[in-house]
Amino acid sequence: MKELRLMKGNEAFAEAAIRAGADGYFGYPITPQSEVMEYLMAEKPHERTGMVVLQAESEVAAINMVYGGAACGKRVLTSSSSPGISLKQEGISYIAGAELPCVILNVVRGGPGLGTIQPSQSDYFQSTKGGGHGDYKLIVLAPSSVQEMADFARLGFDLAFKYRNPVLVLSDGAIGQMMEKVELDEQRPRFTEAEIISNTPWATTGKTIDRERNIVTSLDLDSGKQELHNLALQAKYREIEHNETRYEAISCDDAEYLIVAYGTSARLSQKAVDLLRAEGYKVGLLRPITLFPFPSAIIAKLAGQVKGILTVEMSAGQMIEDVRLAVGCRVKVEHFGRMGGIIPSPTEVVEAMHTKIIGG
Amino acid sequence: MALISKEEIRKPENLIYKKTPLLTDKPLSYCPGCGHGTAHRIVMEVLEEMGIQDKTIGIAPVGCSVLAYEFMNIDMQQAAHGRAPAVATAVKRLNPDKFVFTYQGDGDLAAIGTAETIHACNRGENIVIIFINNGIYGMTGGQMAPTTLPGMKSSTSPYGRDVHTMGNPLKITELIAQLPGTIYVTRQAVHTPGNVRKTKKAVRKAFENQKLNKGLSFVEIVSNCNSGWKMAPVKSNEWMVENMFPYYPLGDIKVNED
Amino acid sequence: MTEEIIIAGFGGQGVLSMGKILAYSGVMENKEVSWMPSYGPEMRGGTANVIVIISDERISSPIVNYFDTAIILNQQSMDKFEKTVKPGGVLIYDPNGITRHPERRDINIYTIEAADEASKVGLSKVFNMVVLGGFLKLKPIVQPEYVHKGLEKSLPRRHHALIPENEKAIQKGKEIIKAMHLLN
Repeated sequence: MKELRLMKGNEAFAEAAIRAGADGYFGYPITPQSEVMEYLMAEKPHERTGMVVLQAESEVAAINMVYGGAACGKRVLTSSSSPGISLKQEGISYIAGAELPCVILNVVRGGPGLGTIQPSQSDYFQSTKGGGHGDYKLIVLAPSSVQEMADFARLGFDLAFKYRNPVLVLSDGAIGQMMEKVELDEQRPRFTEAEIISNTPWATTGKTIDRERNIVTSLDLDSGKQELHNLALQAKYREIEHNETRYEAISCDDAEYLIVAYGTSARLSQKAVDLLRAEGYKVGLLRPITLFPFPSAIIAKLAGQVKGILTVEMSAGQMIEDVRLAVGCRVKVEHFGRMGGIIPSPTEVVEAMHTKIIGG
Repeated sequence: MALISKEEIRKPENLIYKKTPLLTDKPLSYCPGCGHGTAHRIVMEVLEEMGIQDKTIGIAPVGCSVLAYEFMNIDMQQAAHGRAPAVATAVKRLNPDKFVFTYQGDGDLAAIGTAETIHACNRGENIVIIFINNGIYGMTGGQMAPTTLPGMKSSTSPYGRDVHTMGNPLKITELIAQLPGTIYVTRQAVHTPGNVRKTKKAVRKAFENQKLNKGLSFVEIVSNCNSGWKMAPVKSNEWMVENMFPYYPLGDIKVNED
Repeated sequence: MTEEIIIAGFGGQGVLSMGKILAYSGVMENKEVSWMPSYGPEMRGGTANVIVIISDERISSPIVNYFDTAIILNQQSMDKFEKTVKPGGVLIYDPNGITRHPERRDINIYTIEAADEASKVGLSKVFNMVVLGGFLKLKPIVQPEYVHKGLEKSLPRRHHALIPENEKAIQKGKEIIKAMHLLN
């Protein structure tokens, strides 16, 4: 039986993490996501499920705590916002290299630098193209509602353990701060010691006489072996692309024009689609739910159907590069967005559609 | 005393020394004469004697001992440079019944990882930190460390450490001893059999503290780096006694018995 | 039915919690809702505002730039949000502290002397509920029984003894709201 509540996105993510059977949260305060740790501290999850919540001395320490917990086969997570996520990148690279499962939430704010505390989507490149050093990919989930903030905490853990890969939930200040109705899953138990040993036999649980010692590392000084490790990672990423691409297509069946947008921008764009349809234009919305893997195939298919595509992002235009790669010059692809923490209005999106695509 | 033949020595009844099975058979990659091997052996012997091999998770740093997991026959994690105390914090918090230790050098613990060291100590994490202080970055080729002595030459202080421009050597061990979270803070060495015995006693005490959930125990081992110091092993130990020990005096710095 | 509302005033006037109680009442009546606050340093003593949308259908954008109703509780918010009311829409304001009254003639304008009334009857802590009552008189988009449930859900259990006082304030708001300018 699901429980219905009105919650902020940040709070819904925190509550859903407890209910997903998380073992530990490690974080450092930063606006606009501090409610995640505040909620967890107030909830005393240690009394509810035994979950550990710790305020670290820095984002750097927090992500390395996640590394340590994940290497023990535990369900662990952290959350931050853009500048803090930049600090975590070294640790994320190690986690990806050592193939550890974990969930990382980025409630994006405007940059560069200290930037602003208002919502933005300018961390797309960082999230989907690497972020830290080395060839690696995160599974990137982009919620566009408070419900998805809750759902992706649990889905994030499940995908992370399925592929031994870090999962990034790429949200933004608007989704984090707003309240909507949310249906919460029932409490899932934390892993038992026996489950950890059988599900994640690679985890450091203490070397018993019946097995070789387990070592969690991202280091291999032998270049040949390091290349083999990289090839295995790439094969895993191809498998993830094959299995886990997720998107939502809204009013796309008869669409003559298309908007591609994720997260908060997708919500605005949905309203813009309604307004444009009221004007008589057949506009559809393709909302990527996974940003890696990116839903290139469906965008390529729709490119054969529509006269033009507008990408809407709260950035200077980052996702548009992936859309253009998918479309391959077959139709016009233009960007509309606002930066610095400004959320475009649906009517601005309508105007951009007119000037850049329909009339352009 | 009669001389004993080679054949006699090898008889099991004459065996007075054997390698602990908690060290792997992989030859140590450390330079001949380096103190790391002895320190590794001490930690592993203590784990063997306490019978906690199956309950111990070690955290290796970045530095010469980055490959410690190749030699220590226990479950281990390799941490990012300086972050071992943060990693160990989570491992212990999530597995309070396991024994957790970090094994870190001076650059790792007292330069890039200063924040993690101080905060893990301040929180009183119930872990053991083994700190190898040889006053230099050995792995990367002999650069200046936070613990390099005044006037001491290194590849990045080729005319000697000038404390006016390069800062003074950091006595991190005295620093963390001030924190209420640390229960046992000691400085030892492994250059003589007597010091090896003392160090082993200290490491044992540190792990016993963890068993009793007492808080954070911190064992510094002042060691030599004959390669980085560009000295023969024996000479490097003499130099260590003459120069390192006056700055880093051996002995217990803090012992909280309660 | 979709009602898009902006509530704006000073931090500390209960702007965000008024929005939350309204939104929770909508949830209790099984409607779709969203509550999108301005956030950041300006909330601490400065202006605060929240967009609340209550609808029978899935809400597309939680952020809109024109509103069916604007509830305005200080001058800065008047300057900023008077122009965002949809033609034919509703503007409700408390004249207390307002130096420039609304000038538009293509919208319906109401005043509610909530600050005065609340302090007169010793309900200054529930000032925002007086305002909410005025709004609900004009736009009964959620029924009183669900507002009651919304209060129960929004207020921490230790404050549940105050629910009758809140409901009294809502009732008072319904009585004192006054039309200033109505479209034919």
